[in-house]
Amino acid sequence: MRNPYVYILIMAGVSFIIRVLPLTLIRKPITNRFLRSFLYYVPYVTLSVMTFPAIIHATGSVCSGAAALITGIILAWKNAGLLPVAAAACAVVLILEAFL
Amino acid sequence: MTVSDRMEWQNGMKDGIPIGLGYFAVAFSLGIAARNAGMTPMQGFLASLSTNASAGEYAVFTLIGQNAPYLECAVMTLIANARYLLMSASLSQKLHPSVPSWKRMIIGFDVTDELFGIGIARKGWLNPAYYYGAMLVSIPGWAFGTLLGVIMGNLLPARIVSALSVALYGMFLAIVIPPSRENKIIGALVLISFLLSWLSSVLPAVSSLSSGTRTIILTVLISGTAALLFPHEESGDM
Repeated sequence: MRNPYVYILIMAGVSFIIRVLPLTLIRKPITNRFLRSFLYYVPYVTLSVMTFPAIIHATGSVCSGAAALITGIILAWKNAGLLPVAAAACAVVLILEAFL
Repeated sequence: MTVSDRMEWQNGMKDGIPIGLGYFAVAFSLGIAARNAGMTPMQGFLASLSTNASAGEYAVFTLIGQNAPYLECAVMTLIANARYLLMSASLSQKLHPSVPSWKRMIIGFDVTDELFGIGIARKGWLNPAYYYGAMLVSIPGWAFGTLLGVIMGNLLPARIVSALSVALYGMFLAIVIPPSRENKIIGALVLISFLLSWLSSVLPAVSSLSSGTRTIILTVLISGTAALLFPHEESGDM
């Protein structure tokens, strides 16, 4: 049996390096138009890719997950804010799964 | 610390609360995975305190359970967390050039999907104080969630775990949808991302890649194409 603490140390070290290098090495605003645009679009694309279809498989049933997705989109469209959108998505799943 | 720094700390803590709660729920299920891998509550706690990465930790816990070689653990962490490299590069453009390295390292320690999301959503330069505030309330949620997951993983009703697991996705929606209203290109990108992400999860061959790897490939592909076709012109404010 290998030592779990060594695994944890390796995991933490590698994660830290990945996350810190770009932030510390890229000190100036990037002037290249392509790179600037690319990095501008990255957050929206990456968060969207991670949200769907993962959200509909995250719950006990596809129905409740899909309901959470639709609720979230509608409330976010109305600028409801982080906490209300997150809470409403949870509430919808809780209520639906109580009946399904 | 200036008055505006203190305000930013508070703003960060406020926005960090839903993240911390969402983390608690996700980390709880992560703790169950740690428990299944034979880890102690202390090991689960330390892993989450020092790493803050759901997919990466989950993958490594599985490896621990299989008694895999250490090198495999390093490679797996690299692959599962490679998207943070992109996020960190993107976030570097939100920091004023005068922000010193040690502050960048503290921020870098906790580049997660969610904190990155709220950091990037700030208008203008990102004040490190805002990020620290959000870290302060979200890291404990993550670490103690894992701890409790290991200790009492099977006690929480499945229904509650199921409901809490959409909290983080709800937050992502709250970040990407509002700008989609104002910017048609972003709106189209969000839709295309949903579509391609779904396709890549069902198509043969592609779907056998880990979700982390698929996220990287799609992010580079979609953002890259968009940057070529629709260069973003605004200066200063990202």
